[in-house]
Amino acid sequence: MALSKHINADRLLQEARDKKSKSHSHFSSLTQRETPNSSSFHPYGSRYGTTSVPKYHIASKGIDPDSAYQIIHDELALDGSPLLNLASFVHTWMPSAADKLMIENMSKNLIDGDEYPATQIIHNRCDAIGTATTGSSEAIQLGGLAMKRIWQEKRKAAGKSIYEPNIIMGANAQVALEKFARYFDVECRLVPISVESKYRLDPKKAMEFVDENTIGVFVILGSTYTGHYEPVKEMSDLLDEYEAKTGHSVPIHRPCATPKLLWDFKIPRVVSINTSGHKFGLAYVGVGWVVWRDKQHLPKDLIFELHYLGSVEYSFSLNFSRPAAPIIAQYFSLLHLGFEGYRSVALNDLKNARLLSRALENSKYYTVLSDIHRLDPAVVDESDIESYVPGLPVIAFRFSDDFQAQYPEIQQKWIQTLLRARGWIVPNYELAPALEKVEILRVVVRENMSEVLIERLVNDLMEITEDLISKDSSTHALDILGRGHGAKHERAHGQLDDPGSTSSGTYAKTC
Amino acid sequence: MSLSRHINADEVIEKSKEHQHRKHTASLGRQTVHQSWSRDDAAGVPKYTMPKVGINSKAAYQLLHDETALDGNPLLNLASFVHTWMPEEANKLIIENMNKNQVDLDEYPAATIIHSLADLWKAPKEGKVIGTSTAGSSEAIMLGGLAMKKRWQEARKAAGKDHYHPNIVFGSNAQVALEKFARYWDVEARLVPVNASTNYVMNPHDAIEYIDENTIGVMVILGSTYTGHFEDVQLMSDLLDKLQERTGLDIPIHVDGASGAFIAPFAYPDYKWAFDVPRVVSINTSGHKFGLVYAGLGWILWRDESLLHKDLIFELHYLGSVEYSFTLNFSKPASPIIAQMFNFLNLGFDGYRRIAMKDLRNARMLSRALEATYFTVMSNIHKLSARGQAELATAEDTDEPELYERGLPVVSFRLSDKFAAEFPHVQQAWIQSMLRTKGWIVPNYNAPEGETDTQILRVVVRETLSEDLLERLIVDILEITEGLMDSSTAAMLLQNQTLHQPDKEHGRPDNFGSTGQEEKQQVGFSRPC
Repeated sequence: MALSKHINADRLLQEARDKKSKSHSHFSSLTQRETPNSSSFHPYGSRYGTTSVPKYHIASKGIDPDSAYQIIHDELALDGSPLLNLASFVHTWMPSAADKLMIENMSKNLIDGDEYPATQIIHNRCDAIGTATTGSSEAIQLGGLAMKRIWQEKRKAAGKSIYEPNIIMGANAQVALEKFARYFDVECRLVPISVESKYRLDPKKAMEFVDENTIGVFVILGSTYTGHYEPVKEMSDLLDEYEAKTGHSVPIHRPCATPKLLWDFKIPRVVSINTSGHKFGLAYVGVGWVVWRDKQHLPKDLIFELHYLGSVEYSFSLNFSRPAAPIIAQYFSLLHLGFEGYRSVALNDLKNARLLSRALENSKYYTVLSDIHRLDPAVVDESDIESYVPGLPVIAFRFSDDFQAQYPEIQQKWIQTLLRARGWIVPNYELAPALEKVEILRVVVRENMSEVLIERLVNDLMEITEDLISKDSSTHALDILGRGHGAKHERAHGQLDDPGSTSSGTYAKTC
Repeated sequence: MSLSRHINADEVIEKSKEHQHRKHTASLGRQTVHQSWSRDDAAGVPKYTMPKVGINSKAAYQLLHDETALDGNPLLNLASFVHTWMPEEANKLIIENMNKNQVDLDEYPAATIIHSLADLWKAPKEGKVIGTSTAGSSEAIMLGGLAMKKRWQEARKAAGKDHYHPNIVFGSNAQVALEKFARYWDVEARLVPVNASTNYVMNPHDAIEYIDENTIGVMVILGSTYTGHFEDVQLMSDLLDKLQERTGLDIPIHVDGASGAFIAPFAYPDYKWAFDVPRVVSINTSGHKFGLVYAGLGWILWRDESLLHKDLIFELHYLGSVEYSFTLNFSKPASPIIAQMFNFLNLGFDGYRRIAMKDLRNARMLSRALEATYFTVMSNIHKLSARGQAELATAEDTDEPELYERGLPVVSFRLSDKFAAEFPHVQQAWIQSMLRTKGWIVPNYNAPEGETDTQILRVVVRETLSEDLLERLIVDILEITEGLMDSSTAAMLLQNQTLHQPDKEHGRPDNFGSTGQEEKQQVGFSRPC
């Protein structure tokens, strides 16, 4: 990422400009006050048609809102289409009535509980002992923090050291889980994954990592790699045995992507659960939830009392002021869809995911690593969801062994680039530690990924793959593209020259 | 607030309903929910569980739309620092990008803003500033504190010393986020008491006494949320220089500029508080306060990337490129960043300056009106500075903020001693309640630790509080106060007013898991910020 290796695009552009347009030098002084140019009110107004918008400082004079709108609007056209972004779990479509509600509440702050009691009440209806967060990252950190604090209190009471806590999770964990460990000084014990463990936490192996300093186990309901659910029950049983043997009680926190499986607390060892409202909770980005089994598992120490306008509020989150609109959108979805609606959306997602999985497998070019399309051999009814292996509507796939043997020169990451050229965003990446040699492509099937779009995607995938097979295809020339998006001059600014950090192995995809 | 003392309103409502057998027709998903709606579709929607069968989107909209009508009007909410209005074109941009995740947003807008802020905050050109957007100042402050903690830990480890007992120093006027940082990250919070003689902000001379080898840093607040006063960054830095000469302790400063970092550069461009003070390692601010963006945006910048501990940076390999992440949230809305970019383009330096000057002018008008009547004003921005005393009479532009004492456009006031002596039956808290009935939200609360017996009413003068509205506010405050002088007024009834809100109690903590230890007294300021 060091700039010196690259051409300096800023300088390149500067030198490429007409020499006479030096007039923008007046932006360089912040305190200078000159009379405003007669600015035009056309979106592509003459003012910014001829001078450049300053990049690294705020302009001394503003421009009219129309031009500001147009400049930003056009710049954002370069962003990918949220609909075709199959890399992200984040929900991107809501009915127009929900859009309208969000727009109405755009300027509202969730924290103004007393000013906006209705908003606050809605929030309370959504959860028991818990809180809304900006997303699952914050929720996971709160869950981990509560477990850490409870462990500390126990250790203190027993007169033991409180300084070497550790937490256990599968190596397939999303980056937020490891972030918790590093930010809160908890040793992160990653349990390696394997093909046999279905690319997720192996409870038996996890037990080798447990000791008296273990504050808890993160069990992931829905691995972001392959969509597999981790076996909570088995983990809990093993921890029961451990407790019987050693007297150490290790709790479980469970991040999960979909709210449809709230039977989790039926397992007594599960003390807290987090989820993203903005994933399969079907609200726009900006809402997560964390719920604790009961008040005993949320240490009072972490709760701040807010005395405000004559009433008392409680706060246990890492953000304070935050938009109220995502919470309102979440409540809208709960009301509008109801249990049946969520079920129907989930079943539909899974049906479409199965369609894609089977198509990929039948093509023989690809091997599918996720299992949601595999039938329980005992069952015959293909339309009953219970007949299939449970999991998220996520398809992880790779070139089949046959394909790799036959076309060893074709690199799987080319598929990512070639799909991108057609508008699709489908990431190609390595599996978690222990299996990092295996590269997978992954598609998340969200509500707006309709059957029609699945069909288009399959068509495009097959076309691209077959183009690569035919030797005379010019797409071979794309070899060089496999390295990514080319040099990112803009990105180099405000970024690290030498980050010094190395990829830790945990999963760092959008989540 | 325990439930047992009250009537259970839910139960009463339930008993009062007619229990007719309603037939629900099973519907599946969005596709089969009928688009036309019957007006009572939403009747009988369960409150604390998800309905089994949904209602159509229009009915869901109407139900929520109507419920939010009970919320306060953001325009009249003078309690909050959070911005609530943007031009139409900005709204349009936000709506267009409502479903966009910041993680998927091109980096260009955020990088531009970070560089512009670095420039505004006078970061040295030779350094390599690094920064990030956050969900708000809370997250930003926690990241700033965390970076200081990690650096301290590393230095202590390297020196072979105990690294388990860090502490942090800040004024007792701090917003609750600062104390939250301390408690969540196992850092001892050392609160420096404040009082009227310190202008209700941390006095750097007092702060020095709380510092020892375990101090990870000092948080200096640019713009106390109590009174709007700026804490003296330069003096703190000078005193810490002397301390370092004496003891060798090198204590960094983090500036909490949640409000002030978007006021000072525009209203007081020559004032030294930012990266031009070498001891300042990091600064946070809220885009959604005087950055003039809707709720959901904060910023933190470090003077140099070496100050952000490597441990805190996560490298994300994503779609063939490498990203770096050092935030507590991951996915979050992209639109606030886009809105911030819009303001930078639309307003420019000059636009931000004009708004800051207008806010300050309006705040001065309110202050003077209050002082001329029944109140004592505790904020200082309407008082002439030394320069103002010398130059005001001849000044070309009497709006020049430097003619007055520096601070946020915040007016903190209380009933004057004379008024209190003459009308001892009047409780200041009544003014809050009476203003609420007119639509205004003006909080009344206790001053910070060290001066807790004093009660403060506070008005934040934001862009939306125009001179015209301000005149209305002044009229209402005076009318209410005069009404209260009459002891027979019905306002007496307010004495016993505590709102009972059964909905709020559901799922609310009444007896959290006791941690076994003695409960810590929380003193941090807990206003929305």
